[in-house]
Amino acid sequence: MKVLIRALVAVFLIWCLSFNTAQAADTIPDLVNALSVKGFKNTEATIGKLTETGDPAVATVLNTLSEGNLYFRKSDNQVFRAEKSGKNFKLFDPLSGNFTEELPRSAVKKIRVNNKLRRIIRAALGGLTLQSSDPTVRKRAVESVFKQADPASIKALDSAIAAETDQDIKKLMVEARAAAVLRSDLLEPEKIQAIKTLADRGDQEARGLIMSARSDSASTVKDAADEAVAQIDRSLALWGAGQNIWYGLSLGSVLLLAAIGLAITFGVMGVINMAHGEMVMIGAYTTFVVQELIRTSAPALFDYSLAIALPVAFLVAGMIGIAIERGIIRFLYGRPLETLLATWGLSLILQQTVRSIFGPTNREVGNPGWMSGAFDLGQMTITNNRLWIIVFSLLVFALLILVLKKTPFGLYMRAVTQNRKMASNMGIRTPWVDALTFGLGSGIAGIAGVALSQIDNVSPNLGQSYIIDSFMVVVFGGVGNLWGTLVGAMTLGVVNKFLEPYAGAVLGKILVLVFIILFIQKRPRGLFALKGRAVEA
Amino acid sequence: MTSLLFRGLDRYATLFLAILLGIAVLVPALNLFLPASHPLHIPNYAVQLFGKYLTYALLALSVDLVWGYCGILSLGHGAFFALGGYAMGMYLMRQIGARGVYGNPDLPDFMVFLNWQELPWYWFGFDMFPFAMLMVFLAPGVLAFIFGWFAFRSRVTGVYLSIITQAMTYALLLAFFRNDMGFGGNNGLTDFKDILGFDIQADTTRAGLFFASAVALAVCFVICRAVTRSKLGKVLVAVRDAESRARFIGYRVEHYKLFVWVLSAMMAGLAGALYVPQVGIINPGEFAPANSIELVIWVAVGGRGTLVGPIIGAVIVNFAKTWFTGSLPELWLFALGAMFVGVTLFLPKGIVGTLAHGWTALKQRQQSAQAERGGGNPPDKPPHSPAAQSNLSSLTPDHRSGGSKTVPQPAE
Repeated sequence: MKVLIRALVAVFLIWCLSFNTAQAADTIPDLVNALSVKGFKNTEATIGKLTETGDPAVATVLNTLSEGNLYFRKSDNQVFRAEKSGKNFKLFDPLSGNFTEELPRSAVKKIRVNNKLRRIIRAALGGLTLQSSDPTVRKRAVESVFKQADPASIKALDSAIAAETDQDIKKLMVEARAAAVLRSDLLEPEKIQAIKTLADRGDQEARGLIMSARSDSASTVKDAADEAVAQIDRSLALWGAGQNIWYGLSLGSVLLLAAIGLAITFGVMGVINMAHGEMVMIGAYTTFVVQELIRTSAPALFDYSLAIALPVAFLVAGMIGIAIERGIIRFLYGRPLETLLATWGLSLILQQTVRSIFGPTNREVGNPGWMSGAFDLGQMTITNNRLWIIVFSLLVFALLILVLKKTPFGLYMRAVTQNRKMASNMGIRTPWVDALTFGLGSGIAGIAGVALSQIDNVSPNLGQSYIIDSFMVVVFGGVGNLWGTLVGAMTLGVVNKFLEPYAGAVLGKILVLVFIILFIQKRPRGLFALKGRAVEA
Repeated sequence: MTSLLFRGLDRYATLFLAILLGIAVLVPALNLFLPASHPLHIPNYAVQLFGKYLTYALLALSVDLVWGYCGILSLGHGAFFALGGYAMGMYLMRQIGARGVYGNPDLPDFMVFLNWQELPWYWFGFDMFPFAMLMVFLAPGVLAFIFGWFAFRSRVTGVYLSIITQAMTYALLLAFFRNDMGFGGNNGLTDFKDILGFDIQADTTRAGLFFASAVALAVCFVICRAVTRSKLGKVLVAVRDAESRARFIGYRVEHYKLFVWVLSAMMAGLAGALYVPQVGIINPGEFAPANSIELVIWVAVGGRGTLVGPIIGAVIVNFAKTWFTGSLPELWLFALGAMFVGVTLFLPKGIVGTLAHGWTALKQRQQSAQAERGGGNPPDKPPHSPAAQSNLSSLTPDHRSGGSKTVPQPAE
């Protein structure tokens, strides 16, 4: 019995196969020529037949047709692609594209198409290009087929799935097929299977398709649809949370960049540098100047402008920082409140200086090519500049840790922080270390300015918008501890972004500020306080 | 020695009060009763401007009370000022009644504009002047009490306190910018018509407000003097100079701080309430942290730890600001910045503090010269004894963090 069935199936398959190939071999040119038959209905039928062949070569013919360049020769109803050449038409074979002959206008007639036909052709083309040899074309095709979710494309999809080798595209095709199945009048098991496939895809579009299929179908399908929607909602919520975390990390990295220099000056030296934001601003303006110079003298280097701006900004901001330390701050050590006021005054002067030189308006800082653009990760969209800023902030952080822990300068710095007199006795020139530490903190702020120039407006007020946030980060994370700054920045960033959908951007920020104020009450020395038994005054 | 200095200051204080009250009477009188052509006539805008300076002076005085005498550097006093201002603004808003653009007798214009149907609960009672006056003191007072209660009990001090006061005023700035808050959002409260039935634009009302500001300043000055000269004031100075020591001796430091903090906030609120009718608008911009920091420099310029200093400082700095923004707007921020740097570096005691110090030194020299001339009749205390030194340093707050220690201290 089994043997018999197998034999029958085999015969059937062979018959199908031979029929198919025979049809394809004989009829594509015939079908193309059949397009010359008058009437939109006939054309539509022929297009349907052409599409069913699934031959990619048909796609060019259909394309030509929808563009209105398909003509037929009146003498023998042969169909050609025609190009106008003076008063005559040049005729090309529609399939191979070979030049055939040149005829006067009266000898050919255009095959007319209307909008309905164009729509059909567009759908059909999607199905046809499914088997193109170029994977990107295939991918685009399957995406458009998915959007149309036309039951007519099931057949084309089936053959495409069988032929597909790329797993990703195959998966997309299966999903597109499922979408089409939901719209078709196929049986329940098929539909339930389709719903499951779509549920695994799990995006808004799939959810919409399932919801629309749910409305008019049997109860089993309804149940499956409900379950699938619930599953999709869960996964969407997860992705939403992922996106929020991403936004939060991105905000956190900005905060980290702005605060990390402050963590050095405030945390290690105890200097309240209210002009810190202005160092960030100076870094951003340095980027602007570097880019202007590159634009005028060496435009080819534009993609490297940020890399060039980094050391320049570090040096400029660092030099200004050292000058500030030597000129003002060193007279105010041990008087933190006075330092605060003096540096605030300094920040006003720096702001006004920049305003006088560059004008009060925003300055344009360009994004190099590798910073722009975006890509999708699952259901999340990740923009390149945000990604680079996260990477960059972590790099700066790692570099700073390295400098503090592995270099002689870092050693001196820590020694001076821990016991100034003893360090001095050991021969460390503490005033120099002070100046260089302040310069380092300011230089890091300048580097932060280079990064922030890519995502924020470069204006004289750039720094002021970061200074309060930076202080919050340092105080929250714990003074004198760089890891605390990292954790503090990322936490505040993520918390801020998670509050935003519920409370709105402004209220979210207010809540974060109130949270920090309350947090300071609980742990006046921040998240990671240095342990000690010191009692001040 | 100390009592001598205080007696001396007392004389100045009386003198100062007399001058202040003289101004309070004279300026409105010269404005109202002299014809415009008279050389001594004070124009209307000047009355308004000086009235504004007086409220600033009151605000500076309130900051000096906590900073100069208790060592709490508040970078958020603008918040108390603005809250008092908003309380007054709400009263003035309710006085407009049906005279607004939309002619709604129950709702202020901005609420009509935002399609609000009824007055929010927190606006009730503000049509009554006594209630509004109560809120002028209560709103900043309660905020200061809650904030101070938590902050001082957890021993948040120094820079940390400064930073969270800044966070407080920043949070309020963001909050008051929201339209949903019901305080007029971005535009704030403005377009006032009258106060206590008097037209707010009238010369007599302006003169009256000037007089009220001067009297309020005088009263607060006397209150501050009473507080700082009492035993309580001595404890405050002790807390400023050595908080832990004061605590170890057995004083409940946080209670003293809380008291003076709330008092200062209420004074700031009063200043705001007097400020709003004179300038005719209150908006969230008053909460900006930059404003609060700027007002600290008024105190620093005048001299903190003296009561006359902040008043003089506020007037000088604001006069300079008016002049600069009028004639050299580009240079104002340079001048203000230079003032911050210069005062902290070269004039840490401020103008009044430096003068008082110089005066004391002069007196000392005279005394010692006298003693030398008199021969075998030495004064009770040699002028350069440690006791005299310590008395001096308790009057000049800048030596509190260990005299000549000018090396960096980690923030810990």
